[in-house]
Amino acid sequence: MALPLAARRRSTINYLRKYWSLYAMLSIPLAYFIVFRYIPMTYVQIAFKRYSIVQNVWEMPLARNYGFEYFIRAFSNRDFLYAVRNTFMLNFLDLVIGFPAPIILALLLNELPFRRFKRFTQSVAYMPHFLSWIIISGLAVQLFAPTNGLFNVVLRRLGFNTVPFLNHPTYWVFTYVLLGVWKNVGWNTIIYLAALTNINPELYEAAAIDGAGRFQKIRYITLPGLRPTIVTLLILSLGHILSSEFDRPMALGNSLVHNVSNVIATFVYTYGIRGLQFSLAAAVGLFQSVVCVVFLMAANALAKKFGERGIW
Amino acid sequence: MVKSKGTKAADLVIAFICVLLIIACLLPVLNIVARSLSSSEALIKGQVLLWPKGWNFTAYKLVLGDSKYTWSLGWTAILTVICTFVSMVMTTLCAYPLIYDKLKGRRFFNTMILFTMYFNAGTIPHYLLYKELGLLNHPLVLIIPNSLSVFYMIIMRSFFYSIPDSLRESAEIDGASPVRILFSIYLPLSKPVLATLSLFYAVGRWNGFSDALMYMNDRRWHPIQLFLYNILKSVTSIEVATQEGFASAPGLSDTLQSATVVFATVPILLVYPWLQKYFISGATLGALKD
Repeated sequence: MALPLAARRRSTINYLRKYWSLYAMLSIPLAYFIVFRYIPMTYVQIAFKRYSIVQNVWEMPLARNYGFEYFIRAFSNRDFLYAVRNTFMLNFLDLVIGFPAPIILALLLNELPFRRFKRFTQSVAYMPHFLSWIIISGLAVQLFAPTNGLFNVVLRRLGFNTVPFLNHPTYWVFTYVLLGVWKNVGWNTIIYLAALTNINPELYEAAAIDGAGRFQKIRYITLPGLRPTIVTLLILSLGHILSSEFDRPMALGNSLVHNVSNVIATFVYTYGIRGLQFSLAAAVGLFQSVVCVVFLMAANALAKKFGERGIW
Repeated sequence: MVKSKGTKAADLVIAFICVLLIIACLLPVLNIVARSLSSSEALIKGQVLLWPKGWNFTAYKLVLGDSKYTWSLGWTAILTVICTFVSMVMTTLCAYPLIYDKLKGRRFFNTMILFTMYFNAGTIPHYLLYKELGLLNHPLVLIIPNSLSVFYMIIMRSFFYSIPDSLRESAEIDGASPVRILFSIYLPLSKPVLATLSLFYAVGRWNGFSDALMYMNDRRWHPIQLFLYNILKSVTSIEVATQEGFASAPGLSDTLQSATVVFATVPILLVYPWLQKYFISGATLGALKD
């Protein structure tokens, strides 16, 4: 059947002589993944253990209630419950408002007949994507300043009351979502515009001959053409409904809006790294990671059930 | 094709929406530049909208004269260059071997790498690891732990895949080693993706702040974004305080803050226009992967 042993060994030696350098190259990134991604996964166990500074992770004693002490504590912590609610609420609003926005913009850009103007619009609209949330927060603090910011000055000149955009919980949520759209709407059109170029132009010509108007073309050609892209991105967004951004609420939040700006990631930072309650914060982090994976898998399964391609 | 009146009107409406979008994107930037160049009196009176009132460069002089700020800018520039280089080396080392379909164990390595994209241990385990490794408050913590992005690695790998196998195979027949093939075939042909990913990494590092906030207490090594964050937070509290009715004069701090923000934005805005075509090709490459 197979080659004789000596021949097989010779082929192994030949293989290694040819490809050892590939393994040598790969060993560096693999070491990176083991040290910085997989070893931390073993540290997840401190969520179930009583943290002690003098012991290593494996030796720490199990926490009470079969190790679930810190999960119980988290779920009886008001701050944490608020954080879960806020994470869900902000992501949900981002999904409802921030998700359709680039689709609409891509459709508009696609209909725009002035080519150079279109390219200019795109260039300008992509720009905010490259500003950090800290910078955006700096811009926002000036733009929305309660007494002398541009928006409030204009509002006052028009005879309206000033609006505490960043200092009142309700308005803050509105500003938070709006700034998210501002940062990402242009950039996120790229993926849709790329998908639009794959639509066969003959479809539009045929539709025009049949007397289809602009809206009918969008309804029956453009949107179905975008469908796979939309579904893929929707799965990813749904999968991330309980994952939280850190930079954004950190940069935009302040003490006046803490009860809406406090999300899971900021909770972990405040309780774990600032408050040194490692076990509690690790339990919260683990809860979030597990929920994220479950949501992602559920969203993927749902998409496949509806006959879409899914993400894996 | 002859366009009807209705179609033309619709075109103009779309163009008008696009103009509004352009204004919305540029407005905050123009506003902050105007504020950074205005006098504090004009600012307090609320006279500054998009054009500076009472021109003065005091804020810029103060900012440039602040050695901590200029050091932070310089350090972040150095850090960005180092990080970009390290990340590109790591990404290439990871992506290139994985395109060899003859490589034994490739499936296992792929799975192992992809898994880290979906499951994350979380902040605290990472914090404890860095503590054990002695990386906490060490400048290396800003360079090594996030030097390799799986997503960017996939982008690079799919670009490598698009280079025909026949090129590689004929070089192999000529006796070229994998390393040689990488340097003489793959890297020269991959300049667009190398440029794109370098820029993604560079922008990510320049804009990054959470790792420094969590793992770096030493103020000397604070990158510019964390430095700005600290300034903004202290100024915001004054802002909040005035709204609550406490007496204070936020005028100068406003111009100062604006000037610091402008300085940290300028590098991004400078590289942005002539590099955006690379960014766009990178973003669509990432999309093709799905």
